[in-house]
Amino acid sequence: MNEKRKIRLATCSLAGCFGCHMSLLDIDEKLFDLLGMIEFDRTPFTDIKHCGPCDIGIVEGGVSNAENVHVLKEFRKHCKVLVAIGACAITGGVPALRNNIDLWDCFQEVYLYEGGLEGNQIPNDPELPLPFDKVYPVYEVVKVDYFLPGCPPSADTIWKFLTDLIEGREPKLDYEMLRYD
Amino acid sequence: MGAPAMSKTITIDGKNVPFQDGQTIMNAALAAGVYIPHLCHNPQFEPHGSCKLCVVSVNGRNMTSCTMPAAEDMVVANNTPELNSDRKALVQMLFVEGNHICPACEASGNCQLQAAAYYLNMLSPHYTHFYQPRAVDASHPDIFLDLNRCILCELCVRASREVDGKNVFGISGRGIGTRLVVNAASGRLGDTNFAATDKAAHVCPTGTILIKRQGYKIPIGQRTFDHKKISEVQMEPMEPDHE
Amino acid sequence: MEPREFPQIEQQLAPVFERHGREANQLLQILREVQEIFHFIPPAAITCIAAHLGVPRTRVEGVAGFYSFLSLKPVGEYRILFSDNITDQMQGNPELMRYFCHKLWLEPGKVSEDSLLSVDSTSCTGMCDQGPAALVNGWPLTNLDHERLDLIAELIRGRKPVCDWPPRLFEVKDNIRRSGTLLGEPFAPGAAIKATLARGSAATLLEMEASGLRGRGGAGFSVARKWSMCRASPGEQHYMVCNADEGEPGTFKDRVLLNSYADLVCEGMTVGARIIGATKGFLYLRGEYRYLLNKLEQVLARRRAAGLLGRNILGETGFDFDIEIHLGAGAYICGEESALIESLEGKRGRPRNRPPFPVTHGYLDQPTVVDNVETLACAARIAAQGGEWFAAMGTAQSSGSKILSIAGDCARPGIYEYPFGVTLHEILDDCGAEDSYAVQVSGPSGILVSSKEFGRCISFEDLPTAGAFTVFKRGRDLLQIVQNFAHFFAHESCGFCTPCRVGTQLQKKIVDKIANDHGTVSDLEELKQLGHIMQTMSHCGLGHTAPNPVLDMLKKFPDAYQHKLKDLAFEPAFDLDGALETARNITGRDDTWAHLP
Ligand SMILES: Cc1cc2nc3c(=O)[nH]c(=O)nc-3n(C[C@H](O)[C@H](O)[C@H](O)COP(=O)(O)O)c2cc1C
Ligand code: SF4
Ligand code: SF4
Ligand code: SF4
Ligand code: FES
Repeated sequence: MNEKRKIRLATCSLAGCFGCHMSLLDIDEKLFDLLGMIEFDRTPFTDIKHCGPCDIGIVEGGVSNAENVHVLKEFRKHCKVLVAIGACAITGGVPALRNNIDLWDCFQEVYLYEGGLEGNQIPNDPELPLPFDKVYPVYEVVKVDYFLPGCPPSADTIWKFLTDLIEGREPKLDYEMLRYD
Repeated sequence: MGAPAMSKTITIDGKNVPFQDGQTIMNAALAAGVYIPHLCHNPQFEPHGSCKLCVVSVNGRNMTSCTMPAAEDMVVANNTPELNSDRKALVQMLFVEGNHICPACEASGNCQLQAAAYYLNMLSPHYTHFYQPRAVDASHPDIFLDLNRCILCELCVRASREVDGKNVFGISGRGIGTRLVVNAASGRLGDTNFAATDKAAHVCPTGTILIKRQGYKIPIGQRTFDHKKISEVQMEPMEPDHE
Repeated sequence: MEPREFPQIEQQLAPVFERHGREANQLLQILREVQEIFHFIPPAAITCIAAHLGVPRTRVEGVAGFYSFLSLKPVGEYRILFSDNITDQMQGNPELMRYFCHKLWLEPGKVSEDSLLSVDSTSCTGMCDQGPAALVNGWPLTNLDHERLDLIAELIRGRKPVCDWPPRLFEVKDNIRRSGTLLGEPFAPGAAIKATLARGSAATLLEMEASGLRGRGGAGFSVARKWSMCRASPGEQHYMVCNADEGEPGTFKDRVLLNSYADLVCEGMTVGARIIGATKGFLYLRGEYRYLLNKLEQVLARRRAAGLLGRNILGETGFDFDIEIHLGAGAYICGEESALIESLEGKRGRPRNRPPFPVTHGYLDQPTVVDNVETLACAARIAAQGGEWFAAMGTAQSSGSKILSIAGDCARPGIYEYPFGVTLHEILDDCGAEDSYAVQVSGPSGILVSSKEFGRCISFEDLPTAGAFTVFKRGRDLLQIVQNFAHFFAHESCGFCTPCRVGTQLQKKIVDKIANDHGTVSDLEELKQLGHIMQTMSHCGLGHTAPNPVLDMLKKFPDAYQHKLKDLAFEPAFDLDGALETARNITGRDDTWAHLP
């Protein structure tokens, strides 16, 4: 049989804590098996800045600001299959705790009140990603093909999910692998 | 217990299930060890019928099993892919209606809403989130009330009325504005006569009513639904009170 | 707004309590009056009422929070509610509301600084044949236009009490355009009761049976069967209830029956009472029709004086029956019979679990018949004239005639009585509808009929209807119409069960998304799936029918939405750029990175 073409995989973290990425690294020695099957495109592990054509894109984190949307749309455009991983990507997660708080109150708390940042002024630098009024799950912004919940999903879960996907099976999680926390 | 021969039966997914006059389909099923998904039902209280997870198909017609009395000749379909997919949709609706951030919730692992979602293999809430601002009430010395997680099952309402005789809880508003209210002019739980020893403090299927200073007491791995499905747990003789 | 103190609340409420007594059943009636006094339900009043009735505070707060016409936050001394039914909308109500708000420096939904005025919208007020319509402090305003609104603005600025406003503002016409046997033939009050007494109850029930009369409120249940089931049910008391909630948008025939045929309706109730053995009856009058209250009370008084109500009716010893009018307070769901009964009991209008049905366990758990206004009017005719006469009209399964409330795009909106079996073509001709494109039969919960189907006929076999008949001419934006209906259901869902409480909201969001040019093919699939969930999992008829307009549109009117859909397979669920607006305002940024396409 011919040498199989390696699956090209990109990952990113939007409004997340990189916990899902850490969990991916937690598959330990299986990382080598994984690297035998895939090659990375844009990820926090590589230094590629923009996502090129990929087989699988994995998105951690919710959509909290304008920059998140640009990254997410780039992923959607270039990835054949898009996976939302972790509670934040799927429901907004812990960052969505801010959804009950008025954005103006958030800004005041961070920039204007005593002990705040930036010399008591709300910054208007275009370099700073502009926040949404709320944090949204990824699937409300682009079409998502697969969901892998968990906060983070365990290394075993990620491994099971990825191997299913890479080997062309419909990913299936056992009862104990499907977790929202 | 050597029950007297019960002559009347219905069938659920092909299995014969005996019932007594007046018994609901749900209670007959529970007694016979047949699991029908449910959230607002708890056999200790009057049936309610609001979550609709327990809807089954009776001779081809959908019926709410927790309120519908069993009757002879009922052929009930329960554990079908169609019904479970509709039930999953209902659970998804409950998730987007409230603000369920499981990783930041003390009830996680012991929560029946979450467990029902696991059972129905819910991978995402699917629908557009409402992100409605809802109140957290910490005014009571021993109990939190976090309405972000309330699914309006009225179990606390029933427990407080039927068992505690206190009427601490009620429902106000309408439609999507329907909300749990407490029996105090201030609207604060701390101004009611609610007590941590009340039955109503231990029946919430979600993390809405929480006893203070108990959070995360049970380590991950030993929580109610960590290894057992809700279909197993809820078939145990007595529903566990929520700790 | 400053929190107000109410030190005198007990004295202020004393006369209200005096009128209504201590029965918890009176809670809704008490709250209606409290709303009139304070322009909201103050927390202090809730506490006071709870103590007076001996019920938990939560019960009072629960009811106060349920009905649209009651409010837990202050509204204006003058509260104007514009009817947002689709016909009012087509007649220009949204523009009129903006005009009025602009004129008085007001935002819809807000109260003016001086607490004088608040403006909002409300579900159909039942004036579709003479809209645009609104309510001011519960009284109907019809035929609104700029001139009338200018006058109203003057009256409010001058703080003139609503009862002193010019009567022409409140004029409500019957607009009967076509009458048949029900509306056209003379009726002598007492005739039906006399005939019933002469014939006997059992024999009159047989006449009902022979007439084939089916309920006119929507479900079409056999009257003879309902009455005999209730008659056979044991109970301490039996109750006869007239359902005058008429909440289905586009329906206004009960309004006309109550205004001009109240004797016929009361007589139907009395005959029914005789048959089922009720001594007490209720007429549940929707809050929007409270302007009819005095007139109806007069009819009742007149009938009492004539020996047609009260003790020993028409001299028949032991035949006692009287009618009490209960007012609703803005809740479509209270037209559903078990929710109506809850409301009569002074509770939230939440449909009950069935079984048991009202005929065995209704008002106060006693055997109860709930019938529509028109049904009862028919029953009175049948009692007087016999069943066969009635059965001779109409079709095989739909005997008698049906009153339609016709409105929308037609020259002569109003009330039309037809024998069952009439086709839509005939009706459209009669009411002067030209170039019709679609008809909503039986309101949003009914059927959206396309012009291809105008050969179909009004009947239980083909197109059953509770009376609404709303005509849309070619060129009308059907998506906008369906959007109006989706908003209606989301607003009126009682909130009890998951599929309807959440489903109607999700449906509304998706229809809005399509109407705002952001819909895709996947949204159509979503709508179908939601429709399926609501239809099959909901607790009551509201949820079961809430997806009807959307599903009918998807099936029969692809032109209404196809051009609105994006070519893409997917569009965000929310307006990305709009969600940045708050942060743009806060930061003052307007650079390229502060926007999303
Ligand atoms: C959401 C909903 C609203 C209803 N509204 C009304 C109404 O306004 N008037 C009415 O007569 N029936 C209404 N009905 C039907 C009643 O439940 C009941 O069937 C009817 O009053 C029975 O009377 P009938 O047999 O004379 O038609 C409604 C039903 C539902 C589900
Ligand atoms: S209540 Fe249950 S579903 Fe909701 S956040 Fe808590 S654990 Fe999750
Ligand atoms: S607080 Fe808990 S028990 Fe009470 S209604 Fe809400 S979810 Fe149910
Ligand atoms: S279907 Fe709608 S109106 Fe009926 S009970 Fe459920 S929420 Fe209430
Ligand atoms: S369990 Fe039956 S409706 Fe909730």
